[in-house]
Amino acid sequence: MENLIALLVAAPLLGAAVLLCGGRRLDKTGHWLGTLLAAVSFGIGAVLFVDMLGRPADDRTMDQFLYSWIPVEGFQADVAFQLDQLSMTFVLLITGVGTLIHVYSIGYMEHDERRRRFFGYLNLFLAAMLLLVLADNYLLLYVGWEGVGLASYLLIGFWQHKPSAATAAKKAFLVNRVGDMGLSIAIMLMFTTFGTFAFGPVLGSVGRTSEGTLTAIGLMLLLAACGKSAQVPLQSWLGDAMEGPTPVSALIHAATMVTAGVYLIVRSGAIFNASPDAQLVVAIVGAVTLLFGAIVGCAKDDIKKALAGSTMSQIGYMVLAAGLGPIGYAFAIMHLVTHGFFKAGLFLGAGSVMHGMNDEVDMRKYGGLRKYMPVTFVTFGLGYLAIIGFPGLSGFWSKDKIIEAAFAKGGTEGWILGGVALLGAAITAYYMTRVMLLTFFGEKRWQPAPDPDTAPSVEPGIEVHPGDMPHPHESPRSMTIPMIVLAFGSVFAGGLFSLNESFVTWLEPVTSFEHGHPPIGAAAVTGATMVALVLGVALAYAQYGRRPVPVVAPRGSLLTRAARRDLFQDDFNHVVLVRGGEHLTRSLVYVDHSLVDGAVGGTAAAVGGLSGRLRKLQNGYARSYAVSMFGGAAVLVAATLLMRGV
Amino acid sequence: MSTTAVHGLWTVAAGPVDRIPAPHIEYAQLAPTLIVVGAAVLGVLVEAFVPRKARYHTQVFLAFAALASAFAAVVALAGAGYASGKAQVAAMGALAVDGPALFLQGTILLASVVAVFTFAERHLDPKAHGNRVDSFAAQAASVPGSDSEKAAVKAGFTTTEVFPLALFAVSGMLIFPAANDLLMLFIALEVFSLPLYLLCALARRQRLMSQEAAVKYFLLGAFSSAFLLFGIALLYGYAGSVSYAAIADVVDGTVARMDPALAASTGNDALLLIGGALVLMGLLFKVGAVPFHMWTPDVYQGAPTPVTGFMAAATKVAAFGALLRLLYVVLPGLRWDWRPVMWGVAIVTMLAGAVIAVTQTDVKRLLAYSSIAHAGFILAGVIATSKQGVSSVLFYLAAYSFVTIGAFAVVTLVRDAGGEATHLSKWAGLGRRSPLTAAVFAVFLLAFAGIPLTSGFSGKFAVFAAAAEGGAAPLVVVGVISSAIAAFFYIRVIVLMFFSEPKADGPTVAVPSFLTTSTIAVGVVVTVALGVFPQYFLDLAGQASTFVR
Repeated sequence: MENLIALLVAAPLLGAAVLLCGGRRLDKTGHWLGTLLAAVSFGIGAVLFVDMLGRPADDRTMDQFLYSWIPVEGFQADVAFQLDQLSMTFVLLITGVGTLIHVYSIGYMEHDERRRRFFGYLNLFLAAMLLLVLADNYLLLYVGWEGVGLASYLLIGFWQHKPSAATAAKKAFLVNRVGDMGLSIAIMLMFTTFGTFAFGPVLGSVGRTSEGTLTAIGLMLLLAACGKSAQVPLQSWLGDAMEGPTPVSALIHAATMVTAGVYLIVRSGAIFNASPDAQLVVAIVGAVTLLFGAIVGCAKDDIKKALAGSTMSQIGYMVLAAGLGPIGYAFAIMHLVTHGFFKAGLFLGAGSVMHGMNDEVDMRKYGGLRKYMPVTFVTFGLGYLAIIGFPGLSGFWSKDKIIEAAFAKGGTEGWILGGVALLGAAITAYYMTRVMLLTFFGEKRWQPAPDPDTAPSVEPGIEVHPGDMPHPHESPRSMTIPMIVLAFGSVFAGGLFSLNESFVTWLEPVTSFEHGHPPIGAAAVTGATMVALVLGVALAYAQYGRRPVPVVAPRGSLLTRAARRDLFQDDFNHVVLVRGGEHLTRSLVYVDHSLVDGAVGGTAAAVGGLSGRLRKLQNGYARSYAVSMFGGAAVLVAATLLMRGV
Repeated sequence: MSTTAVHGLWTVAAGPVDRIPAPHIEYAQLAPTLIVVGAAVLGVLVEAFVPRKARYHTQVFLAFAALASAFAAVVALAGAGYASGKAQVAAMGALAVDGPALFLQGTILLASVVAVFTFAERHLDPKAHGNRVDSFAAQAASVPGSDSEKAAVKAGFTTTEVFPLALFAVSGMLIFPAANDLLMLFIALEVFSLPLYLLCALARRQRLMSQEAAVKYFLLGAFSSAFLLFGIALLYGYAGSVSYAAIADVVDGTVARMDPALAASTGNDALLLIGGALVLMGLLFKVGAVPFHMWTPDVYQGAPTPVTGFMAAATKVAAFGALLRLLYVVLPGLRWDWRPVMWGVAIVTMLAGAVIAVTQTDVKRLLAYSSIAHAGFILAGVIATSKQGVSSVLFYLAAYSFVTIGAFAVVTLVRDAGGEATHLSKWAGLGRRSPLTAAVFAVFLLAFAGIPLTSGFSGKFAVFAAAAEGGAAPLVVVGVISSAIAAFFYIRVIVLMFFSEPKADGPTVAVPSFLTTSTIAVGVVVTVALGVFPQYFLDLAGQASTFVR
């Protein structure tokens, strides 16, 4: 059975290879092949899942050793897989949502002449992501980590003819580099500390290692997680990443890849458990990002960017939970899965709306769409209810548990973290209600299509003439069915997971679990959450439901303006990093010119001069050569004798 | 005088004399050498009896067949275990048949095969009076510029003697690294040196320069032979024997019996040290180590380029083989004496070779100095005095010979009206006109510079690693510094070829026959193969790194 694990990765990898190398011949059929292989991978995942369920809880881990990648004495890097409950959860999420989004993309990318390539990249992403979660050591995980980064780069910049997309891809790539540096340093530290990268030995020998080292490793892992999961301070790329096609935003930048950081932290739980400092930093980063993303999400008029802010914020919840230790790991993953459903669904809904609205993304130019796109409205609406934590829906079960666990952390920290999480819930309710109202309710604020020359943001292949009014319509079956499936997940997954604490029990052998006890009681926390929810919804309704919405955004308060500019994240980066970097390079260039070049030039001149002099010894006369040989022999003999002291 | 006494005298005189014992020769184990010597002698007969028209083809075939079958014999011997378990000394202790000897003989034979291809190349020079000509003088005996030379050219003569000469040289080179006593060492040295002196004098163009090079080589070679011979005499005085094993026994103090006639001098360390140093000097001359290197640039430049390539590769392999055997078999007990001295030689050699090369303007002289620097790198491996040191040197020699022959083969292709255009300024912009040729040359230059994925890197890494483990870390530092200096002039040639404007009256690249093409191709393939998959060959060299004593 464990021999199937490699096939999980192999199927989409094969798809990527065939689609990317196959050429135009596959233009007509390529998307079917890509979707089929994603489904095959899901099928294998399901078989493995059933098999795993059939075994006792403490014997569910499967290992598959493929080959020794870099066999050097004292340095063993193996290509080996480990499938346990945590990996299994991810496998099902990745392949399940992945397959749905492949199906969705068939319709969404129908008019794109590079559709084959798009599916090739999607398959590449699946393979890399599966490698990431199946690796049994940190080095192989790093391969997958870089692989998803590459796929993300390629897909964000998929419409590379748009300068904004190309820039966004580059930005994502560069910011992720910073995080990747953290991961590579963490791996190096592990190797010098433990002498291996494999999860088992590394996490098993944590007890024999000094806390300082573990804190260093933990913080480097956190840096890596910040980069991949768009957490403060490496959050700036996620909003721009929405330049990519919407299915990409749904799959990579909402449901799966951006949660890799959470996976990394939960997987490395033993390290963080042994280093409370690092763990606290994780929780703080999560809490800060949770508010940061939520505030940004409130101010954005671009539907995808509002959702991106929301993603950042929700991952902040997961990181916060992961920073709480054993009382939070399982809930981090549970929220990750439920979020995977409802956020992917919301993004697909947004894509469906854009599809019907000539690729307009400004929500101020939507309005009243519920009548024209009923399926999208219902599925989006269910996703909306799930994310704000409407009682009974998925988000309610997972988010409420995280807030409880945050309070249960205890002490002042517990109160602060819990308060932030509660405030986040209110803001979530506010901005999601805003999105809902702006898009599906209120007056029609539709605008004629912009002139493509002045606004070159239109996706290729779609015939839009300047001045055409949009004709919103329901999207084709291939797009609505995945949305419906995801909506089911948004509604029922959380409840299913919470039934008898089934999800927690399932993960417990891997992540360990402790019941957290909030100081004010679980019921009180739930009550407070409900209050926050109602407040958020009410505020949004007061602002956007009862008053007409202006098509052009008003100037807004200072906070709104700051949030529109992503709380000055880019300005900050520009002033501190870009300017700082420029100054640093300039001074380095100066040093290079004056000192290094001087030294190099001087050395070169010295060598050249010496060479020119020595060359004259070679005068062409055999007699002087013979003298030099004689002298050399004399020196040789004398030196030999001298060594002995004869 | 009594009758019995007279009778006694008579009977002593008439009695059976001590006969010179007939040496026992292991013909099978010596087959590689014997095949080549035999073919060389046959080659002389060919010159005497085969009609002039058929000589070229006969000689080329003979040389190729001899070298190939000798190589096959080496492989067979190695396969039969003589490189490891069954290693032995043959021919009454005169020759060793062991791993290093067979590895180096195999290398020399393979290098010679590709070198002989360049000897046989006849498509580069324009036809002279309707006859295809090679790189060698029409008639060696005719005075340059004389009427007899013109007549010889007109008659279409070619010096097909180069093939037997090369075979004689190869036979000497095969014996040199296998020689297990000092006399054999000396004889082998002369056997391969004398044909080389002749070959150097045989250039078709610029004959005066070629003859000058030959005379210089001969004079200096004879001079160094004298030192070597004197050193041999002193060592004999020290040990009472010329056999490596016997000398080593005396050095170690485990000598079994002492010749009473030599008792006065035996064990005199002054004799040992001076004698050892002088023998070393003779070998250092052949490998081109500083300060015995001065012949190298002049001879490399003057000799016909195919000969230069052959000499630079095969001589170096043979001489380093002999040096290794001398230091590892005869003088290991003395290593605390010779190691510091060799340190000095290696350092001076690496630095001087690299530094002087920086200002060279002739590509052949440039490669000559480069070969001096490489001799220094190899010496660093020799000094390691470990099994790893031996294997790294063996690997380096194999890698280096193919790069060298390939590089000189490329030099033969770049020509203008005066023959080969060896001045560097003429190579400007070669990459634009003949990208393939320039690219191939760039590969060789990168290998010389020791850039990864070429054999040069693997070799350099191996010798430096061995030297560092052998406690010669400062030597490695110097080695890396001089590699950096050397990289400058290698890369400069690449820059010149690819990033300079071609000159209007620049040279053309001749289209060679399959002979030179295959030489260059083999060079490139070996260079890349040893760079990308060095492990198999390193293992091979590692298995072959034990000397028999």
